[in-house]
Amino acid sequence: MLANSYVNTLLFGVYPYICLVVLLIGSLIRFDREPYTWKSDSSQMLRKRELRLGSNLFHYGVIIVILGHFAGFLAPHWAVDWALSPVAHQLLAMVVGGIAGLTAIAGLTILIHRRLSDPRIRLNSRKWDIAITFMLWLQLLLGLLTVPLSAFHMDGELFETLTGYVKGIVTLDGGAAALMIGVPLTYKLHILLGFTLFLVSPFTRMIHIWSGAGALSYLFRPYQIVRTPKTRAEEPTRP
Amino acid sequence: MKIRAQIAMVLNLDKCIGCHTCSVTCKQVWTSRQGMEYAWFNNVETKPGIGYPKDWENQERWKGGWKRRKNGKIVPKQGGKLAVLANIFANPNLPEIDDYYEPFTFDYEHLQKAPELPTAPVARPLSLVTGRPMEKIEWGPNWEEILGGEFDKRSQDYNFEAVQKDIYGQFENTFMMYLPRLCEHCLNPSCVASCPSGSIYKREEDGIVLIDQDKCRGWRMCVSGCPYKKIYYNWTSGKAEKCIFCYPRIEAGQPTVCSETCVGRIRYLGVLLYDADGIEKAASVEDEQDLYEAQLKLFLDPNDPAVVEQARADGIADNWIEAAKRSPAYKMAVEWKIAFPLHPEYRTLPMVWYVPPLSPIQSHANAGAIDTVGDIPDVRSLRIPVRYLANLLTAGAEAPIVSALERMLAMRIYFRQRQLGEGDGAAVLEQAGLTKAQVEDMHRYLAIANYEDRFVIPTSHREEAEDAYGLKGSCGFTFGNGCDYGPPHSSLFGGKMGRRKLTPFRPLDT
Repeated sequence: MLANSYVNTLLFGVYPYICLVVLLIGSLIRFDREPYTWKSDSSQMLRKRELRLGSNLFHYGVIIVILGHFAGFLAPHWAVDWALSPVAHQLLAMVVGGIAGLTAIAGLTILIHRRLSDPRIRLNSRKWDIAITFMLWLQLLLGLLTVPLSAFHMDGELFETLTGYVKGIVTLDGGAAALMIGVPLTYKLHILLGFTLFLVSPFTRMIHIWSGAGALSYLFRPYQIVRTPKTRAEEPTRP
Repeated sequence: MKIRAQIAMVLNLDKCIGCHTCSVTCKQVWTSRQGMEYAWFNNVETKPGIGYPKDWENQERWKGGWKRRKNGKIVPKQGGKLAVLANIFANPNLPEIDDYYEPFTFDYEHLQKAPELPTAPVARPLSLVTGRPMEKIEWGPNWEEILGGEFDKRSQDYNFEAVQKDIYGQFENTFMMYLPRLCEHCLNPSCVASCPSGSIYKREEDGIVLIDQDKCRGWRMCVSGCPYKKIYYNWTSGKAEKCIFCYPRIEAGQPTVCSETCVGRIRYLGVLLYDADGIEKAASVEDEQDLYEAQLKLFLDPNDPAVVEQARADGIADNWIEAAKRSPAYKMAVEWKIAFPLHPEYRTLPMVWYVPPLSPIQSHANAGAIDTVGDIPDVRSLRIPVRYLANLLTAGAEAPIVSALERMLAMRIYFRQRQLGEGDGAAVLEQAGLTKAQVEDMHRYLAIANYEDRFVIPTSHREEAEDAYGLKGSCGFTFGNGCDYGPPHSSLFGGKMGRRKLTPFRPLDT
């Protein structure tokens, strides 16, 4: 069914933009209107056990995966060509992505176990907290399944198609969806679930990713912060 | 020199009776909400004891406060900025809720609704975290009250450093004191320095340290960064919260709730002028025992015309300068030198200071024969070891504590001698280095402790901070967006906070 051209255009041509718009506008509205709900929502205080190992494995793994996706798909063609052959590029993605993905899914499995088995965490979890962890777990699994799959396409051609698709989406190329016809199902599901994660992010704890990036500004600020009455007066007062 | 003003607090431990009125009133006003049941912005500990949260004074374990590097620079003890960010996914130094205590209530409803039973119904404890019954309450907010528990456990108290603590386990040698604790509103706060979001700040005009609830992202680094463990993670809202020094009251010239309700009248609030440019240098002195003196030097004399002129130039209002001249905090900390910062070795330059307690003479060894130095009993023969107080208040330096205790004893002897017609007390004053006027003042502030003397709080200039017209008809304190009423509600973003429900287990019910 996914191969039907109408459905294909809807899922890979239109749906991604709906998801991206909801992600951006939704995050902005939440940041502006509901700042009190904007947080990482850590449960470490309630139970340390399993968190340190699980959370570190998951987060560091997933950060490498995400940065890898950005670099692999969005780096300009000439830069990649200059550095690597298409085959080497694909091999690099498979090895680094595979290791990081395995690390992340191992961590997330520990975290899911912790969330479901510990009554303190389980009873204080929102439905979305549990749903999003399972979505992420599935997404990591789909991503990892593409690794052996790519091993059968070592010529780098499929890789090139996918890169073309992602670049097409980012550059508003209306014909991008057509590239997805004939791509193996695992990739399609991985891409669809990926965009769905974007879609739900503003309504879940996933918004803390923005703040994680924002926290890098900590490196460049002085240790002490003093607010004067004047700077406070300039802050917006909410009704 | 850049002069700033702060409302500082002094607690006279000599008069604290450990009634917990401060803690209870504070809790009722500020932390009687889900997610904050375990948190006490103000708590009173019985010392010696390991305190709340357990062992909080042991920074080798909790990594709070600052450490001085070999090059003379100070960085948060939990690590520099890169280390803080690297630990953001799981803070290795974060206490678990059990380090404070698992908050609980009791199944009171059962007492009223139980059916006919062979035995009287009991109200079993229910965890406020899970809502489920608790087998046994293992720890509470004040578990060591009046030396509760075995000495073995309480003797883990960090302030026993260099004290021969074995002696103090024996009944006839035992001693205790109360230590009410709240946020120190430090000059060099390590919580502010630890916050990756930059949500914690110190207010320039009154020194109160606050967390911007809209900017806090719940990274939890402030909880481990604060050596006094006075920042609490609200596990329901996912934000950090702390003592706000009752700033809405302070702004209106009223004392904080803990101070206002203190039945022992032990709390004092007053303005201290300090040199903001000297903070980093004072916090970085090499020897920990010099930190108390270094902080003392930051405080400026409000009666010095040069200081007044500079303060005006730096934008401090006249009513604040006038209040600084009458400040009880300045008198106790700077003029009489009887108040000290709590654990200055953390290098945070705390602004809640303590007058050490006197204690009965330890005369068991040779009953009747009290060691005296001149007319003043030897303070080293007091029941509470001087070294213990020094570990608490001066990083182990005993001389300032001895001098303060002597002055407090001298005040008593001076008044007793005059009351009983035993002399004019001149000798004792000279020995303690006090003038007659000073000792009369000390008596007025410490013994009489009138409301107007304890609390000298200038009203703030909110007209400079806020647009009063815009605030007209607004809703004051709320959580979430706009004029929400009641507990955090469910919204499109984030869902309902705090899902747990109380689910008592009543095996005998039919």
